[in-house]
Amino acid sequence: MASYKENRTAQIRLVSSHNEVYEPCDDSFALVDALLADRTNLLEHCPTMCMEIGCGSGYVITSLALILGRERGGVNYIATDINPNAVKVTRETLDAHGVDAELILTDIASGLENRLAGLVDVMVVNPPYVPTPEDEVGAEGIISSWAGGENGRRVIDRILPVADHLLSEKGWLYMVTLTANNPSEICLQMRKKGYASKIIIQRSTEEESLHIIKFWRDFDTTVDEVTDQSLIGFLGSLLAQIPLFSLWRGSNSNDNC
Amino acid sequence: MRLLTHNMLSSNIKGVEKGFPLRIEAEKVVEKPVEMNADFLRKMFEKVEWKAFVEASRSMGYAQLPEEVDSGMLESDEFLSRFHHALLELHLEEGALVCPETGRRFPVNKGIPNMLLHEDEV
Repeated sequence: MASYKENRTAQIRLVSSHNEVYEPCDDSFALVDALLADRTNLLEHCPTMCMEIGCGSGYVITSLALILGRERGGVNYIATDINPNAVKVTRETLDAHGVDAELILTDIASGLENRLAGLVDVMVVNPPYVPTPEDEVGAEGIISSWAGGENGRRVIDRILPVADHLLSEKGWLYMVTLTANNPSEICLQMRKKGYASKIIIQRSTEEESLHIIKFWRDFDTTVDEVTDQSLIGFLGSLLAQIPLFSLWRGSNSNDNC
Repeated sequence: MRLLTHNMLSSNIKGVEKGFPLRIEAEKVVEKPVEMNADFLRKMFEKVEWKAFVEASRSMGYAQLPEEVDSGMLESDEFLSRFHHALLELHLEEGALVCPETGRRFPVNKGIPNMLLHEDEV
């Protein structure tokens, strides 16, 4: 319901923008919808430290702060981005909504890894997940917001060990993936590190599907909670062979949506 | 950038072994009051590297923190209030964070530290 959402999440009209910064799109909305869907759990969880890797426009971290923040003080938010314009825009978006986060211009969490290890209770990531040529990964400007290299996994595969390192015992990670990223294989990799996982939201178009996955530490996990794994695996390998024309990312224009 | 964040940052230059704490060069410090939450402070107390915190606070112009602490002090409102002020209400808007080993400066502009490395530092 629109009015319910308005108070709980960042409002598009208040989100700042810049032509080199990724504007909120279906994937951003899906991630925030996942956080909203999990709101009760998040509040009960009482996180102290929350972090976003790749804050872009600030839409997600702002929404997280709004979802959590009004009801309790005492939560610290940190957001990072590799794009100097993104952190600038994120600050504007946070200010426009009357919420606050510590911002750091850095590659993933570089500089934080030693001291922040084991302290992050909630981490949210909408990574560059689009399969692209390798040389676009980390390219300057807006390209770095979507370019994911082979299978769109290059940056995701760098983020996951960092997340594992920074997450607390009770830490939760919410991440956006495409079917092309092979989410069930990601979940398997994370399971080996002791994480259970669940797809909270799945949104499909004719060509691709977005999966918002939640990870949490559970050393007793024996059953992968990703439902119908065999079907996802089959679809994953089928879709991975189809050239990806993302509806919501225009690689040659800024008409993201 | 708050001192809480400063306490979580270390030099990320390849090969640096003692990258913490980064020395603060403060050009512009701003105070922004924020509501105190004692529970949050108690949790952060466990994680803050105190000596680095006191030193950093001094660099930002606030010298009211005790040199040494023990968890008993968390019962004191006076202590909590000073801890809160230094941890969360002081913001480094302009300045730099300096790697203790190499002297490399990481600029802080509009409160945002720039930890991006050059190619030869990665």
